[in-house]
Parts: sequence; structure tokens; C-alpha cells
Amino acid sequence: MPRVTFREERCKGCELCKNFCPKGIVEMAGHINAMGFHPATVTDIEKCTGCATCARMCPDMVIEVEKEEKKVG
Amino acid sequence: MGKMLMKGNEAIGEGAVRAGCRYFFGYPITPQSELPHYLAKRMPEVGGLYLQAESEVASINMVFGAAGAGARVMTSSSGPGISLMQEGISYLAGAELPCVIVNMVRGGPGLGNIAPAQSDYFQATRGGGHGDYHLIVLAPASVQEIVDLMQDSFDLADKYRNPVMLMGDGVLGQMMEPVDLGEEKILSIPEKSWAATGRMKREKKNLINSLYIVPENCEVHNIKLGEKYKLIASGEQRWEEYRTEGAELIMVAYGTAARVCKAVADLCKAEGMPVGLIRPITLWPFPGRRISELAETAKSFLSVEMSMGQMVDDVRLSVNGKKPVHFYGRVGGMIPAARDVFNEVQFILSGGAR
Amino acid sequence: MKKIFSRPESLKDMPFHYCPGCTHGIVHRLVAEVIDELDVFDRAIAVAPVGCSVFCYEYFDCDAYQASHGRAPAVATGIKRVLPGSVVFTYQGDGDLAAIGTAEIIHAAARGEKFTVIFINNAIYAMTGGQMAPTTLLGQKTTTTPFGRDSEINGSPVKMSEMLSVLDGAAYISRVSMHNPANVAKAKKAIKKAFEVQMAGQGFSMVEVLSSCPTNWGLSPVKALKWIEEKMIPYYPLGEFKAPSEVV
Repeated sequence: MPRVTFREERCKGCELCKNFCPKGIVEMAGHINAMGFHPATVTDIEKCTGCATCARMCPDMVIEVEKEEKKVG
Repeated sequence: MGKMLMKGNEAIGEGAVRAGCRYFFGYPITPQSELPHYLAKRMPEVGGLYLQAESEVASINMVFGAAGAGARVMTSSSGPGISLMQEGISYLAGAELPCVIVNMVRGGPGLGNIAPAQSDYFQATRGGGHGDYHLIVLAPASVQEIVDLMQDSFDLADKYRNPVMLMGDGVLGQMMEPVDLGEEKILSIPEKSWAATGRMKREKKNLINSLYIVPENCEVHNIKLGEKYKLIASGEQRWEEYRTEGAELIMVAYGTAARVCKAVADLCKAEGMPVGLIRPITLWPFPGRRISELAETAKSFLSVEMSMGQMVDDVRLSVNGKKPVHFYGRVGGMIPAARDVFNEVQFILSGGAR
Repeated sequence: MKKIFSRPESLKDMPFHYCPGCTHGIVHRLVAEVIDELDVFDRAIAVAPVGCSVFCYEYFDCDAYQASHGRAPAVATGIKRVLPGSVVFTYQGDGDLAAIGTAEIIHAAARGEKFTVIFINNAIYAMTGGQMAPTTLLGQKTTTTPFGRDSEINGSPVKMSEMLSVLDGAAYISRVSMHNPANVAKAKKAIKKAFEVQMAGQGFSMVEVLSSCPTNWGLSPVKALKWIEEKMIPYYPLGEFKAPSEVV
């Protein structure tokens, strides 16, 4: 299962990650961060494919994506 | 090496090359054209670059880039072109970049004409562009001095990390005089650890910048620049004195006007009149210390300029009310005639005042 | 676990000052990734403009210059002529490049200066408060065209990529967009190619990036990207306007 880490304190709540997630699993959290934004988070990590589309559309580099390495052969 | 005849504008070019300048960015304007013509041929011979920019605005910003990269670099222009460069010059001063800017001053304001003038004195010595800064301003009065001062210009620029302006006019640019270029010296150009040349494993990045968005930081930067200007003002005043010993009237004149005044001083000597000349070589810093000393013994001063009276303000500040300061000027591209200045001197010495 | 996506090394780890959803941040990342991938960090030199992205000299961790408004191409010319082995790029907005700096960009391209220009076209002056840019679309409302840009008064938007591509000195000119992930990926390829063209000494290279300004457009970040797609791209078509047959 991929791991998606959000640097919550840097999120400006622009929702581009949420908008472009092909699985629709990025949501804005109910709480607000120190800058006053509702930060992005993943609701259902089971469905995440680790495509990193969210990270690539994030203007603030809030998101880091890790994935199991595929075993070859 | 013996003496050779050289035109002033060409001497600027050769002086620059001998001072280690390898980059020239400029835009054509009369009356300094022989300088770019000379360097367009000369730079490739020494592995340097002559690049004609699309405007003076571009030229000075190319200078900004090249200076930031650590090169000895110069540009040259005249009145209107120098006005166009002012924003860039302010950035150079703010980012503390060494470079040399030549202004062969012409008649103004506006398009004025292409004849010699000294009407850019305020622009050169007061900063010229926006913000609180100074250029070091040098004013040669002969072709030999042009060559010598080009070396000093680049050295001073590097020493203080500050733009230097060499001020001349069409007379100095066009006249031919014998010069001794001397042996080519082995140059000691200081290492520029601040230059932004790519990090190349350097621990910290180098940044060429004049932006200090936080007022507290911008104040600190201005105070630091101010300290530098104080240091320059106390250590770099240069002038030439001529027949000042026992002089009752002292003329103050630079560049072309000083050449006229030298002849006037000789005329006065022949007539038995105690008249001397102090010729500022640095216009900024102005050699006020020496003028202040002379104000103790001399009875009056006469500032002779090819302007409506600009340097006279600095003479007055230096004399500080101790003695009367008079002014004589020709403008619009006209050069003071020695006879007219002599008459003015006579008038003042006989107790006349305007 | 293998990192699929993380911050490029050439980008200093600090928060951007940009507004929420502004795509400057994405473009910064792409440029930094290209610098990393081409392994040119040690000889990369950034030239920052005046405008919203003035502080990009803080974000790119390589050596950098801050140029006066519009003059980044002249500054870059001075740098690259002194340091031909360096990899120089300017980062400029539409006011900086297409209005006040028009002469400098045209002549840098005409001379075939070997540096790369990243041109952010968001059809507005953002830093100074949403005024009309040379690239503002006809009918687009800004603080200085409150009734929409009128060609009778303000003329028509300037197409810089098309203009520059007719110059012989321009080796690579491309227009890309930030409006969705596929186009962000294409933008990265274009930026990489522009740097490669520079490094191969083939001439001037520029990538025009259609970018969003949610704050001054008065749209949500998501709607702003839609606006790029629906309004900007029809007037500013994407693609390569000039490219060498091969990058040597």
C-alpha cells in the first residue's frame, strides 16, 4: 500500500489535489492549520494507487508519496 | 615604450583593456563613438567581448549581469543614454557591483546637442538614480590622465564594490595628445568570492540582489552603504593644485574647463596677479578638505564650469561661508574662453561682485 | 518504500509566499526537477524578475540574481557571456517580459543568447493588484479594465511565443499549460528540452507557461484552471512553435 504524507502546516487548502485525485480519496480536513486553511488529507488510503497526481498538482509541495518497490522476476 | 598620439575616446578603450576589462556592453551615441569603435576591434584581440546592446537600458543591465559574474566590465554613453541607465546604476550600487561607466557629457537638457558640457555634474555626483547612493566619479583633463584613471577606475570599483563613473566631454574624447601607455602591468584583480558564478560545491549560494523587503533590513543595508561612502569620502579625495601658493583668488574647475583655467592662471601670473587653480580629479568624493584649508588663506574662489552652476554648490559647502565664492559658466556646448575667465578674475580681484 | 514523489533538491525547503492555488509553485518545482535531472545544479544560475515571482531567487537554491523590471534577459546576457559554461535561466511574468521588458526579450532572442526563459503568462498583473497585462484577454475584467479589455482602447493581447518564434536566434519556443496533470507533465518535458537546447549551445530557448491567478481572476483555484482551458488556450494555443530537428 502506498504511503502519502501531507505537510499539513504548508497546505493552503487550494483543493487542486482533491480535484485531480483519480480515485477521489483526497479530502479537506474539518480542522484548520496554523495558516487558517482546511488542509488536505487522504480518507481511504486502501484505494490509493500511488500515482502521485495529487502531489504533482500541489503548488506548495505539501505531499510526498512512497510506494512499495515492485519485485522484478 | 615611447609616447604615442592617441585620441581621448580611444585612450579610454585602451586604458580599460590594460586595466583588465574584457567586457563592454554599449549603445551608440555621439560624442563617444570612437570608444565603441576602438573596443569592437580591440576586445577580440585580447579574448574579450564587445557587445552592442539594443539600448542603454539593456547595456547597463548586461553590465549588472557581467559584474555579478565577477568580470571587469564597462559601458559608455553620453547625457541622454546615461539618463536611461539610471535605474540600472541604482541597482548596481544597491547590489554593490563594481563596474565602470563612462559619460562623455554633451549639451542638454533633452536632446540638447553633441557639443561638450559639464551639465551632468549633479546627476553624477548626487547619485543620479533613485535611492541613497554614490558613484565614485573621476574627471580626467588630458589623454594621459584618461589612461591612468581607467586603471584607477577599475581598481576603485573592485576595492569598494561600487560603480565608478569617468566623466569627460567631447573635447577630451576628440583631442589627440601624446600618451605614455607604459609597460603592460601584471594585474592584481582581487578575488570575488561574492560573485554568483554557479555554486560549484560552494557551501552557501551567492545572490546578487538589491531587494530588502523588510524595512529594518533595508535600513541596515543603507547604513552599511553609508559607512562605505564615508570611508571613500575620507580616503579617496583627489585633486591637482596649480599656482595655489599665496593665491588670493582660487579658481575651481575640472576636466576641459580646468585646461582653460590653467591657461588663465598662467596669464594671471604674467600679469602679476595672485591666482591659482584647484582641479578636482574626483568629483565624488569632492576634494572639499583641501578647499576648506585653502579658504583660510585665499580671499575668494571662482568656480568655472560648463554648466549653469553645479559644482559651485560643492565649492560653497567646502568654503562654508569663510570667503566669497563666485561662479562663471558657459553652457549649451560652449567652452569658456581663457580671455573671458581672465576678465572675470580681474573683475573679482578689483572688488567687483555679481 | 520508494519515494515516488518528493521535493527536488534544487528547491530550498521553505514555504512559498504565493496565494493558494497559484501555479507558480508547480512551475518552480518543474524547473528544479529539470535542474536535478540534468545534474546542473552547481552551474545553474537563476535570474529573478520583478513581480509575484521576485522571491524565486530564494526558492531556487542555486546562485541567483534579482534583475530590474523587465531586464532579466539583459542581465542573463551579461552572465552567460562571462560564464559560457553556466546554465542560466530567467523566470519572468507577463508584465515583466511582455510589457516593460519587450525590447530585452526580443533582442536576447534575436541574438540567440544561450539561456532559457521561463515565461509565466497569467493574463494579469498580480503583485500590483490585478491590473491589465499585455496578455489580458479581450473582455477580461481587471482592476484597470473594469468593463473588460476593449481592443479599441487597449489593443489586443500579445502572443509572445508566436512573435519570438520568427526570429532566427530563437532555437526553442514552446507554450504549455498548468491546467491539468497531463499538461503539467508536458510542461516539464518542454522545460527540460529548453534547458537541453541551451546546454547544446543551439540558441535562445523559452517556455511560455499558461498559469493561473485565482486571487486576481476572482475564481477558486479549481475554476481558475478551468478558465485557462476554456478561455486562455483558444487564444494562446499550446505546442512547440520552434524546435531544433534534434537536440545535439
